Amino acid sequence: MSTVKLSEAPEGLQGEGFFATSLSKVIGLARANSMWPLPFATSCCGIEFMATMGSNYDLARFGSERMSFSPRQADLLMVMGTIAKKMAPVLRQVYEQMAEPRWVIAVGACASSGGIFDTYSVLQGIDKVIPVDVYVPGCPPRPEQIIDGVMKIQELVKNESLRRRNTPEYKQLLASYGIE
Amino acid sequence: MALTHDTVLEQLRSRFPEAILHSELSFDFLNVEIQPAQNLEVLRFLRDELGFIYLTDLCAVHMPEQSGREIGVVYHLHNLEENYRFRVKAWLPEAEPVIATATTVWAGANWMERETYDFFGVRFEGHPDLRRILNVDHMEVFPLLKQFPLEDTTREDKDDRFFGR
Repeated sequence: MSTVKLSEAPEGLQGEGFFATSLSKVIGLARANSMWPLPFATSCCGIEFMATMGSNYDLARFGSERMSFSPRQADLLMVMGTIAKKMAPVLRQVYEQMAEPRWVIAVGACASSGGIFDTYSVLQGIDKVIPVDVYVPGCPPRPEQIIDGVMKIQELVKNESLRRRNTPEYKQLLASYGIE
Repeated sequence: MALTHDTVLEQLRSRFPEAILHSELSFDFLNVEIQPAQNLEVLRFLRDELGFIYLTDLCAVHMPEQSGREIGVVYHLHNLEENYRFRVKAWLPEAEPVIATATTVWAGANWMERETYDFFGVRFEGHPDLRRILNVDHMEVFPLLKQFPLEDTTREDKDDRFFGR
């Protein structure tokens, strides 16, 4: 017998027949539990991600049931695997095509730092071309670690300002990458 | 006539007494070194007369210690009917690594020559579209030449003391 666990209601004022809280908390809760990930899987970390999506680990429990293979509709870019320098402009274009709000998670050693591929043809971490919110270590990381990374993203989504894109820090961060 | 190391070498030597510079057997595999200027005549003869219709691979090697003949262009040939393979090598000076394109002999040489250019800087004269194929277009070096380091040069976090340098 399975039990469906509901997410906790945010802090607020409760009385008979009404519940009042701030809009940002409600929207943050809704966003965090309905992330549409865009899997950008280039190697073995992608295989671990497939296990993460599968029934044993089941990322759908966290509201990420639906993979978005169109960057336009995706909220979370999951980069899993070695990114060659020739692939970097493609990755950057995918990121630019995503609509705000958007988050990025670098799964595994290669996406985070180039990993064992300290060589002329491999990008030494995707943060050379796009900003990254959460790094998941491992080579490759186990599905539990990937889920932990997604949960860290959920915490970010819940607690960030709703219009992160309007903050000066965020604008400065994007400008440092030359992204409009 | 079945092809053997001896028959192939014999045919090549009698047909091109000047172009065949050297030959050796390594691991029971025939290697023939040819004069780079005559590579097309030799290769065309091998395809048309000896039936090496299949170019398995075309690549290069860099031997910086061989002065004047640092870069070797290697053709791996296969006669499918006889199932006989061997290698043809042509050594070029690093200062001027130029050799005629084999795309006129085997169309499949096109991408292999682009790859060889990409990694070793060998210029294949007459190639229809000689530009980089695997590396990024703006790369300024030919990365498999031994003077260029393997590791990524943009890294700033590597402390030489921890790498014995």
